[in-house]
Order: sequence, then C-alpha cells, then structure tokens
Amino acid sequence: MTADPTGAPARPRSATTAMLDVRGLQKIYEGRGRSVEAVRDLTFTVAAGELVCIVGPSGAGKTTLLRCIAGLLDTTAGEVVLEGERVTGPPPGMAVVFQEYGRSLFPWMTVRQNVELPLKEKKVPKDRRRRLVQDSLEAVGLADAQDAHPWQLSGGMQQRVAIARAVAYEPHLLLMDEPFAAVDAQTRADLEDLVRSLWQRLGVTVLFVTHDIDESVYLGQRVIVLSNSPTVVLEDVPIDLPAERDQLTTRSLPRFAELRSHVYELIQLAKSGHRPA
Amino acid sequence: MSLMNAARKILLALAVPVLLVAGWWLATAGSASFFWPPLGQILTAFADTWFSARFVTDVLPSLGRLLAGYLGAVVLGVALGTAIGSSRTLRGLLEPVLEFFRAIPSPVLVPILMLFAGIGDGMKILVIVSGCVWPVLLNTVEGVRALDEVLGDTARSYRMRRHSRLIHLVLPGAGPQIAAGARQALSIGIILMVISEMFAASNGLGFTIIQFQRSFAIPQMWSGIILLGLVGIVLSMAFRAVEARLLRWYTGLRTAQREG
Amino acid sequence: MTAATLGRRSPPPSWLLGLAGLAGLVGIVELAPRAGLVDERYLPPFSAMAAALAEQAATAEFWRSLLETLRGWATGLAIAMVAGVALGLVIGGVPPLRAALNSTIEFLRPIPSVALIPLAVLLFGTDMRSTLLLVVYASFWQVLVQVLYGVRDVDPVARETARSYRFRPFTQVRTVIWPTALPYVMTGFRLGAAVALILEITGELIIGSPGLGRQIAVAQTSGAVAAMYALVIVVGLIGVTVNVAARATERRALRWHPSIRRDLAG
Repeated sequence: MTADPTGAPARPRSATTAMLDVRGLQKIYEGRGRSVEAVRDLTFTVAAGELVCIVGPSGAGKTTLLRCIAGLLDTTAGEVVLEGERVTGPPPGMAVVFQEYGRSLFPWMTVRQNVELPLKEKKVPKDRRRRLVQDSLEAVGLADAQDAHPWQLSGGMQQRVAIARAVAYEPHLLLMDEPFAAVDAQTRADLEDLVRSLWQRLGVTVLFVTHDIDESVYLGQRVIVLSNSPTVVLEDVPIDLPAERDQLTTRSLPRFAELRSHVYELIQLAKSGHRPA
Repeated sequence: MSLMNAARKILLALAVPVLLVAGWWLATAGSASFFWPPLGQILTAFADTWFSARFVTDVLPSLGRLLAGYLGAVVLGVALGTAIGSSRTLRGLLEPVLEFFRAIPSPVLVPILMLFAGIGDGMKILVIVSGCVWPVLLNTVEGVRALDEVLGDTARSYRMRRHSRLIHLVLPGAGPQIAAGARQALSIGIILMVISEMFAASNGLGFTIIQFQRSFAIPQMWSGIILLGLVGIVLSMAFRAVEARLLRWYTGLRTAQREG
Repeated sequence: MTAATLGRRSPPPSWLLGLAGLAGLVGIVELAPRAGLVDERYLPPFSAMAAALAEQAATAEFWRSLLETLRGWATGLAIAMVAGVALGLVIGGVPPLRAALNSTIEFLRPIPSVALIPLAVLLFGTDMRSTLLLVVYASFWQVLVQVLYGVRDVDPVARETARSYRFRPFTQVRTVIWPTALPYVMTGFRLGAAVALILEITGELIIGSPGLGRQIAVAQTSGAVAAMYALVIVVGLIGVTVNVAARATERRALRWHPSIRRDLAG
C-alpha cells in the first residue's frame, strides 16, 4: 500500500514539517495606467504529505495564487517558501497539472514522450526513466496508450497523461489547478479517486485548486476557502472524514453533507463580498 | 470495393489532364503556326534538348543554386524568426522594417545584389536567399509569438532548459506556421532562380530558355516552359511529402479538433 | 523581485519601437557607406537615395512609370479576381466538376508564372500585355484556390436546406455559398494583390514593359545606383501600401461577417 511504485525511498519527513509556506502573498497586476489587485494578503501552510484543497468563488484569484506558488508569476509582496527555499522561479521539487489538459500536453509527442521529457530534463538515467514512465502510466491506467498521441485520446485520458507525467517526475509538491473542470461528471469522479489513491500511495503533498465545493470536501484533508478578489483566506476548514473515501459512501455521510453546507455558506458569503474582520 | 474506389479516384484524377494533353496534341497536330508548333515536335525537342549534356550544364546548376539558396533562407529565417519572435522588444523594433523588406517585390533585388556579388553563382544564391527569407522569417515570428501559453508554462514548470525548450517546444509549436512560410518561399525561390538567370547568366534554365526565345527556337522554348512547369510541380510535391511527414501530428490534431 | 518588477512593467508602446527600428535602418544605411563599411558605389548613403528620389519625383517619366505600374497591377488583379471568383464558384458549386478538375488545378498551380515570360514576349513583345499575362496567371491561382476552399467550407446542412426549398442555382449562390465564401475571397484578394505586384514589377524588369520595374533596369544599366535604390524604395512602399490596404479591406469586409474564420495561414 505504501510502497512507492517508482522505487524512491520514502522521504523521512514528519507530517508536521511545513512543505509549503505562503506568507503575506500579494499580487498586483500592473496594466497601462491602472493596476488590479488580484490577491491582497494570503497566508497559509501545507504540511508534508497533506492533501489540501483551495476553493473560492470564480474570479477569486485561485489561478493567480497557484501560478505564484509554482514560480510562474512574480509576487508583488510576501513570499512563497517551498521546503525551506524561497520560490523565485519554478522549483525543482514541484509538478503542476493544469486545467487545460489539451494545451498542456505536447501534441507532437506520443504519450510516452510526453511523460518522459521532464525526466530527460532532470537527467534521470535511461533505465530508471523507462521504469518511471511505465509505472506512472500503469498507475493512471494508460499503459496501453503509450504510443498514441494526446489528441487521439479522450479529455479524461489526456488529463490522466498529464497526471502520469507529474507523478513520474516524483515531485514533493503536486499542484493541481482545477484539473477536472473540463471533463464530464463520470470521468471526474474516476479522476478524483485516482488523485486520492496516488496521494495515499506515493505520500506526495498535494495542493488542489478547484471551484467545485463537493470536490474540495471529498478530496481534501483541509479546505482553504478564499474570499473574492482582492483575495484573503476566509476560513481554513478541517475535513474530518475517514481517510478511506469512496464516491458512494463518503458522499452520503451526514458529516459530508454538513461540511459541504458549511463550505457552501462560506462561498456564498465570499460572493457577497464578506471578508474576515 | 476500396480497390474499385482507388481505381475510380485515379481515373478521375487523370481524366482531365489526359484530355487536355490530347486536346493540345490534336489542336496543334497539323499546325503550321510558328508560335504554336505541334506538341509532338515539342516533345521531341524536349528529349533532344534536356536529355543531353544540357542536363548537367544547365538544369543541375539551376537546381543546385535553388536548393542552396532555399535551404539557406529557411535556416536563416527560422533562426532569426525564433530570436525575434521570442522577444517582445525586438519584435516591436523590427516589425515595420521587416514589413517593408517583405513588401519589396524580390526580383528587384537582382540588380541590387549584382552590384555586390557580380553575376556568378554567389549572386544568384544570394538573390534566392534574400527573396525567400522573408516569408519564412515573418511566419516564424508569428508562430513563435502565438505559442500556447499553457504549453510554455508547462515547459517552465518542468524546468526545461533553453535549448531543449527550443527543440521540444518552440520549433515544433511554430512548425505549422514555419511550413506555411516555407511553402510561400518555395514558389518565390523558383521565380528568383529563373529571373536571376534571365537577367544575367551564362548558364541555367532561365538563361537557356531566353536564349531559345531570342533565337526563335520555338519548340525548344516550349520544351523549356514545360520543364520549368515540371520542376515547379515536382518540387511542390516533394515539399508536400516532407511537410506531411513532419507535421503528421498537426494534421491529426486538426482532424481530431474538427470532429470533436 | 518585488519592487523592481513594478518599475519594469511598462515597455515603450509598439509604434514608438517600430519608429525607432525604422530610424535605426535609415541610420545604418546612412552611416555604413559613410564610414566605409560598404562601398559607396554599391550602397550609397540614405541621403543620396533621398536626393535621387527627389530628382526622380521632378520628372514626368517617374510619374508615368508609377501610373503604368499601378495600372498594370490593378488591371491584372481585377481580371484575376473576376475569373478566379467566377470559376471558383462554378467549379466549387458543382461537385462532379470539382472532382474532375481537382488534379488539374493541383498540377497547374505550382507551374511558375515566370516560365511564361518567353511565351509572353513572343506573343506581345515588350507591350504591357506581356506583363499583364504574367500578373493574371499568377494571381488567378491564389484567388481560385481560396474561393474553392471557401465553397468547400459551406455548411452542408445549409446547402441541403437551400436545395430542399428548391432555391434556384443563382439564389443558392447568393444566399448560401457567397456569404460563406466571402472571407476566403478576401484572403484570395490579399494574397493575389501581393503576388500581382511582384509579377508586375518582374515583368517590367525582365521584359521591359513600361513601369517602375523598367526604370529600375534602366537605372541599373546606366549606373545610376542611388536612383535605382530610390526606385526600389518606392516599389517597397507601394508593396507596403498594397499589403496594408488589402489587409484593411479584408478586415472591413469581414467586420459584419457572422462566420468565425479559421485562419488558413498563407
């Protein structure tokens, strides 16, 4: 169960160590003659091995936040610290799964080449590279599609490839930016379970951004609810559901309904412009 | 069934060209007109003229210069276009200048480049390079500029290094645009090959054909026109074959998008 | 990475950059020959070109040539447009015809127009009709091929609908085919306009039919290098104008157009 399919030794990190530390993050977009404050002041931490969901009303600057954490965007103030290192560009121990699966895979490469490319960049030796690619594609159920091109696959399968690529990279932190917003409901449920099981198996830290309240409660150990823009943290909701979750039983638990209603209320508050005192 | 289909397709593709050639043949069969000699006579002239030493002294040098100039232009255009397309400042600075150079009808470069490079092979290759480079360059700039942002973010987040971003992201991503530019450049290249030889040369296809015309060797002139036509057709077919191979992913992607 | 980025985020506007680029080009052309980097006999300084241009502009010959060039270009383009659109609609609108002619078009299109130069000279001498033949031939294919793309793009459902209401052929063309094909016709116009100018100048230069191209050849043979460059600049400016105007016409004609246009690069 806990065996790492990639063969990497488990990281000797206790659950209390901060994997990610976001302190006073602010982002102002400077335009011609006017500036827009997308994110005002965000502070939170994610412990190693945690699965945290970030949820907020649309336009809450979720993607901005994620791009700042990923080192793809400079912050205006505050800082992002990953494993004790301040993030100034894309850090080595991180992988991102984007919402636009169709645009994040290289259409001129096969599935295998897509998964393998970041490993080549990381100079992983050939044998190990091959095994990582094989294992990760098996883990997402796409071992047979290695030689296909991404555009020959369905949307859900393309997103699986993107997940396999991220997993094969053996990141310490896996960022997911509304990864299932553009797939159909059934596929979505399958992919949610895939993320849960990969997280449990690999012990990777996951930060999952979504606008879907059910999804955030179902997936997360914690749900961080954001205000509307300029964004601050509205509430950090611990999700005390059992660790073993499945679509049918977990979603029908009374506690699930309570948590869901609570987050729903918070989102409604956020939409109406409510901010913490 | 599919064999029948294929046979029908081939028949359909060949029907009109065959009819046209037959029509030409019949219409000129008994022709006594000086300008329009019988097709049979033109074909005999074709064999006599081009399946001879001329092939080595005129056809091959022309094609060699075209190939050298064209490939040079593609390499130069892609290299400069990638550099310019990657930098917003460089793009803003050079866009009007490039628009101007592109708008100059490239044949006027022949008299200018003759000043610098005389009338030898160097001049002709230079003319072809400087005419073909613009469509490649401008299309590359456009292709690099329009690269998908998400793909760029993906490459950055996986810490892809500069040269591997170039090889795995920028060049293939701009590939379809580069190919469009290279296709335009090819027809310009053929024009310039002929023009530069007509203007000033001692050998080559353009030179020979003009000589035929001036000495009123009409069937030979016609055979030259046919040969130029064939060169155009063969090169465009070769281009399409290479393009289809290199951009197979793009064709597939487009088909998938259209159906989806 | 914080305060520093704030100040950096304001690049100069692109028109200013573009102007700087052009000024840079003029500066290089002025200074390189003066500094002896290139032989002044081959590349005279920009000021000399400008002076030669002013001199040219004072002659009637220059204006007559300019007019000849524009006239040849416009006539050739107009003929190519009419022929290309008419034939395109007919061929594209009648599927069996299209299937039969497809290969022929693919064969004839890549034949370089300059191959016709000797024939044109033989038929028309150095008359403007020689050049016109080249211009029409070259731009005709650009227009025809675009119109064929356009007709192929017509929604089959719309076409079936028109047929089921027993629209007459002309009405079908007017209400269904033409609106869909229009963007492609405009693209054909833009491409054809550029190609027509190239062949117009080429014809004048090589055949010697009247126009700016012939003036360039004359300047070259008489060793008037600065004048030659001046004429090349004029031709380039005409080219820019043609491109910009064709693009503007295309955009204008399509502003009201409902269909979303897939950009067929080139």
